[in-house]
Amino acid sequence: MKNVAKNLMFPLIAVVAAFLVGGVIVLIVGDSPLLVYELFLTSAFTGADGIGYTLFYATPFIFTGLAVAVAFKCGLLNIGAEGQLIVAAFAAAWVGLVLPGWPALLVVTLSILAAMLAGGIWAGVPGLLKARFGAHEVITTIMMNFIAAGLIGWLTHDHFRKQGDPILESLPIAEMKDGAPVGPHIPRMSAILEPLGIHFPARLPLNMAFFFALAACVIVYVFLWKTKWGYELRAVGVSPGAAQYGGISIARNIVLAMFISGMLAGMVGVNEVLGYRYRYYHDFSPGYGFSGIAVALLGRNHPAGVLLAAILFGALTRSSLFIQIFTDHVSKDWVVILQATIILFVACEAVFRGGALRLFRGSRPSVAGE
Amino acid sequence: MGEAPKNAVEMHGITKRFGEVLANDHIDLVVRDHSIHAIIGENGAGKSTVMNILYGFYTADEGEILIDGEPRALKSPRDAIALGLGMVHQHFMLVEPLTVTENIVLGAEPIAGLAIDYKRARARVRELSEQYGLKIDPNATVGDLSVGQQQRVEILKTLYRGARILILDEPTAVLTPGEVEEMFAILRGLRAQGKTIIIITHKLAEVLALSDNITVMRDGRVAGNLPTKEATVGGLARMMVGREVLLRVDKKEAHPSGAVLTVRDLSLRGREGAAILDKMSFEVRGGEILGIAGVEGNGQTELVEILAGLRKASGGQVLLEGAPIDALDPYQRRLRGVAHIPEDRHRRGMLLPFDLAANSILGVHRNAPMSGPVLLHGHVITTRADRLVRAYDVRPPVVALPARALSGGNQQKLIVAREFDIKPRLVLVAQPTRGVDIGATEFIHRKLVELRDEGAAILLVSAELDEVRSLSDRIIVIYEGRIAGEVDPRIASEEEIGIMMTGGRPAETGPAPVPALLPDDAPLSADSR
Repeated sequence: MKNVAKNLMFPLIAVVAAFLVGGVIVLIVGDSPLLVYELFLTSAFTGADGIGYTLFYATPFIFTGLAVAVAFKCGLLNIGAEGQLIVAAFAAAWVGLVLPGWPALLVVTLSILAAMLAGGIWAGVPGLLKARFGAHEVITTIMMNFIAAGLIGWLTHDHFRKQGDPILESLPIAEMKDGAPVGPHIPRMSAILEPLGIHFPARLPLNMAFFFALAACVIVYVFLWKTKWGYELRAVGVSPGAAQYGGISIARNIVLAMFISGMLAGMVGVNEVLGYRYRYYHDFSPGYGFSGIAVALLGRNHPAGVLLAAILFGALTRSSLFIQIFTDHVSKDWVVILQATIILFVACEAVFRGGALRLFRGSRPSVAGE
Repeated sequence: MGEAPKNAVEMHGITKRFGEVLANDHIDLVVRDHSIHAIIGENGAGKSTVMNILYGFYTADEGEILIDGEPRALKSPRDAIALGLGMVHQHFMLVEPLTVTENIVLGAEPIAGLAIDYKRARARVRELSEQYGLKIDPNATVGDLSVGQQQRVEILKTLYRGARILILDEPTAVLTPGEVEEMFAILRGLRAQGKTIIIITHKLAEVLALSDNITVMRDGRVAGNLPTKEATVGGLARMMVGREVLLRVDKKEAHPSGAVLTVRDLSLRGREGAAILDKMSFEVRGGEILGIAGVEGNGQTELVEILAGLRKASGGQVLLEGAPIDALDPYQRRLRGVAHIPEDRHRRGMLLPFDLAANSILGVHRNAPMSGPVLLHGHVITTRADRLVRAYDVRPPVVALPARALSGGNQQKLIVAREFDIKPRLVLVAQPTRGVDIGATEFIHRKLVELRDEGAAILLVSAELDEVRSLSDRIIVIYEGRIAGEVDPRIASEEEIGIMMTGGRPAETGPAPVPALLPDDAPLSADSR
């Protein structure tokens, strides 16, 4: 328990410190920090709209956060979540487009599988290159991002767009009719809560994918800490030499970690295509893949931490527009500054740790004279 | 008419804390001028810490230091060097591509105008080398020198800076027996020329042979200060550990059975075709301990890695009880009863951030009952870890602790516990007691002999000749990837083995059988060798 508290403390300090810095910036441009804090809390956490949008934005952050975290547990840096979620989203839409008229449940299932497979492969290739040739995954995953953007953009533009549609998006797999989607899709929160007698506005994009995200958190936790494969994966991340000594295949686990990472990133496509737009919309991601790195960092690569961090980032995204509208001088970039500041503080944890230790006397005895 | 002997160094009440750890607890010691003073103790006793305080790396929280009778504040090594102190560390700080002279003047270069006056530096280095019998060529490239010679370069570095008080940290750790003798001669020579020498070591026999006075440290405190004349091996060990210690391994005759491990023509080519192992062939039988003696870097590390399945050989064959195992990975070898205690326990043997329970299953984690088809069986793992930790005296016996919280000796005991739990047929042990305190060393040695008596075959690789000689039933000496010879530890002398370790051949007529090991209670005066 003490361990959990200690692990939560530093990210918490980083977040609080970042908000204080953000407050100073608000003061500088001439607005009230308290107003901004209030706008943040009310727009993100109150009302169906607030919670709905916060959790909807949090969903992709959960997936990419988990993706980066799993890779990191194996000692790998997956910077390619962005490309992985693009190919996954396209794959999900593609399945819907090439199987018109098939039973919706089947199409949806195949779509989800396609998204996971596409994301997995897109990350698995850099994994293979690392395992076989030692190619650094930071470089290969970034390159795969560019390839994904170009490839999928071209496919959408030349082959899957509606004739004459100026927007770079695919044909729809489902259409909204009278406020409810018709065609293969996964239900929105309104449809899920309706039978329970809870009214939730149908215009809110929060959908079943959020529950998939929660499930993913649990599955990742169980996989990493309760299964023998998770043990092997983490062992490789902690000490490849010791893992090899224990008969664990380093190459296999590198590929596996990257594949799982890509699968998780690919689930963003499910949220986007099957839960929200019902088509592939190029550039739908405002950098979810990269934010996932920040979310994983803040959540200390643990599913519980990732969940909390993702909700925070979701809340920030949700409130950004309100902050822009209801203040005189603060724009929605304030939220981006805040996210960046959080990352900086978390990354400087080493400096923090020294100071906080002197305050709280919770020390890690260093090894003396051995 | 004589002056009262002065004290080169006095340390009074030195206390140092690192966080919650009290590394030095009111240390009092006195080093006489023109003497060789040994500071001994187990790992973690605090001897390196107190010397690092003397040399200015750390500042003591309490206490005072007197150099030549004057109280001094030592805030950095620069202060220490200015006062005539010099330190030679266990891990050398040399730049291999540079020459001896360049290394020695690094940081204290003599200037002539704008250029470094290497001519003057070389002359001075040669002068010092001759004066103290160090036999080092100022123009030699450090990378080409032997380990013993590199160490002498480190000593020259301190002398060049005018050191009168030399501190040597584990000076004989990397030397062959012959080089150890040479080092002793040099140190005695330095003492004769007025230097004061402090050596930090855990090798009791050497301390008795070389030093004038001894300070014994235990758990951060001084357990005793005494002149070497009054010391015995058994007495010192008792002071170091606080209880009776069995120094010589108590073992019965070996009764070996059939061959368990057969190595045939094992070869390994390194980069550029260099032969790391050259057609090595040998056997280890059940119920015997085969020791491999040799200076590090002659292929032992690679040999053990090949036998453990961590590296592929270039040629040859490895048979376990007659069946070839070359294609098997470490996990499969462990299933067949091959245990491996690795020489680098941090890089190979442990997952340091994981807890003891997680470490206790490394290498057997896929076996029932530790795990099922998917899940790890946490309860089984914890219970088994508790049992192992208790049976092998791992301290503290808390399996939820991360492995890095344990001392070296306890980490090693955990590894031994884990490996022996598979009831091995063959045990590959490399450097089992490196960085391990005397108590744990004793324990591990005893366990190895127990396992041998139960019929296991044990291959022991160690750079500690004493360990090899006291544990092994047979010894083979490895040199440049080949077997230089096989000896019987009961009759071969240290000198004979030492010669083979450096590639020479012992004299045709072997030396008369001499008791090879030190009796426990032999008091040796400082100049008996």
